[in-house]
Amino acid sequence: MAALAGDAGPLLRLQEFSCERDGRMLFQGLDLAVGPGECVELRGPNGSGKSTLIRAVAGLYPDYTGSIRSAECLYVGHRPGLAVLLSAEENLRWYAALRPGGPGVSAALERVGMAGYERVACQHMSAGQQRRVALARLVLCPAPLWLLDEPLTALDAAGQQLVLDLIEDQRRRGGAALCATHQPLDLAGARVLDLADAAPAGAPS
Amino acid sequence: MSGAGLFVAQFRREWIASLRSLQEAFNPLVFLFLAVTLFALGVGVQPEVLGGIAPGVIWVLVLLANLLALDGMFRRDFDDGTLEQLVLLGRPLFLPVLAKMAAQWCLTGLAMTVLAPLAALLLYLPAGVVDTAMLTLLAGSPALTLFGAVGAALTVALRRGGVLLALLVLPLYVPTLIFGAGAIDLAMAGSDVSAQIYLLTAISMLAVTVAPFAAQAALRIGLEQA
Repeated sequence: MAALAGDAGPLLRLQEFSCERDGRMLFQGLDLAVGPGECVELRGPNGSGKSTLIRAVAGLYPDYTGSIRSAECLYVGHRPGLAVLLSAEENLRWYAALRPGGPGVSAALERVGMAGYERVACQHMSAGQQRRVALARLVLCPAPLWLLDEPLTALDAAGQQLVLDLIEDQRRRGGAALCATHQPLDLAGARVLDLADAAPAGAPS
Repeated sequence: MSGAGLFVAQFRREWIASLRSLQEAFNPLVFLFLAVTLFALGVGVQPEVLGGIAPGVIWVLVLLANLLALDGMFRRDFDDGTLEQLVLLGRPLFLPVLAKMAAQWCLTGLAMTVLAPLAALLLYLPAGVVDTAMLTLLAGSPALTLFGAVGAALTVALRRGGVLLALLVLPLYVPTLIFGAGAIDLAMAGSDVSAQIYLLTAISMLAVTVAPFAAQAALRIGLEQA
């Protein structure tokens, strides 16, 4: 598979990065560089700003100071990004039209163990199955930087292993992943960034 | 991906989703006919009275029925997360948003235009001006969907945006209402209405060029508050 990173620079660089939400400082003075082949686990208690950081990097949250420089990224958040009235195939075909160049819809569904569910409407799927279809986007739409918000939620043991395998594949081809999670991912060489360390002094812990 | 491909992919998606929730798509049309019937029943069988107010009644009810359909236009995409994925594409949303508007118009404005003769019959609109009524609806209803979509995009992040949506959008409908109902009145008096039709078309054309940009900006604001 072709390498995703064009130059050797970091795929994501945050400098003096601080986020505020509803008048409360979530974290401040954060510096982070994520290079090709790296995976950073974003940890922290509930409300510490993991999702906000990821949304800010994706470009969905404007209330930050500092600088973000990021390669093209793919965001898989809490909301699955699937129209429940449409089938898995129809949903993914739309994504393939938005970002062409992937391996195709059936290959992506097969990779996430959802082959045979092409024509099933997403509203008839379980939460875990919907999450698998959402994760098929990682296969379908190649991007150098993955932003994953709690990717293990609702998945069974095999599904969680699938997420880890997908991240490993991504690292092997020179991509990177920033992953907010409460469960340790146990990936070799993954770094951990705990947002509690960047919380402003005096914040409730 | 070419622009046309993006438009087609989005339109296809909207169309399939609408076909899977037909009752939702039909609700505004059913409302239109219920309201027309209520007018006919309320005023009573007085053909000259009903026929005289029919142009205004038809247009006002078409506005309201359009409004009913608007609230859900972006809400579902917002809730399931597809809207944020669309915004994250990092390129102008003009074509996808225009495709959503086009699909919405087919189910409201176009459908109401086709069904207008039925409403005209219930309201004793003189048979000679039914074609004019249809023409005004065809020329004017795109503006209703397009301006309305801007309001729907602005209120997408609000849980209960219904009344606010009406307050935002109805003033924008005033020019279309005036020229639309006015044209049918003029036709009933036997005058030429091509000026009104041109004006309605011009308003719709203006909406096509402006509304997708405005809706795109409004959607971005809504997502940033989520």
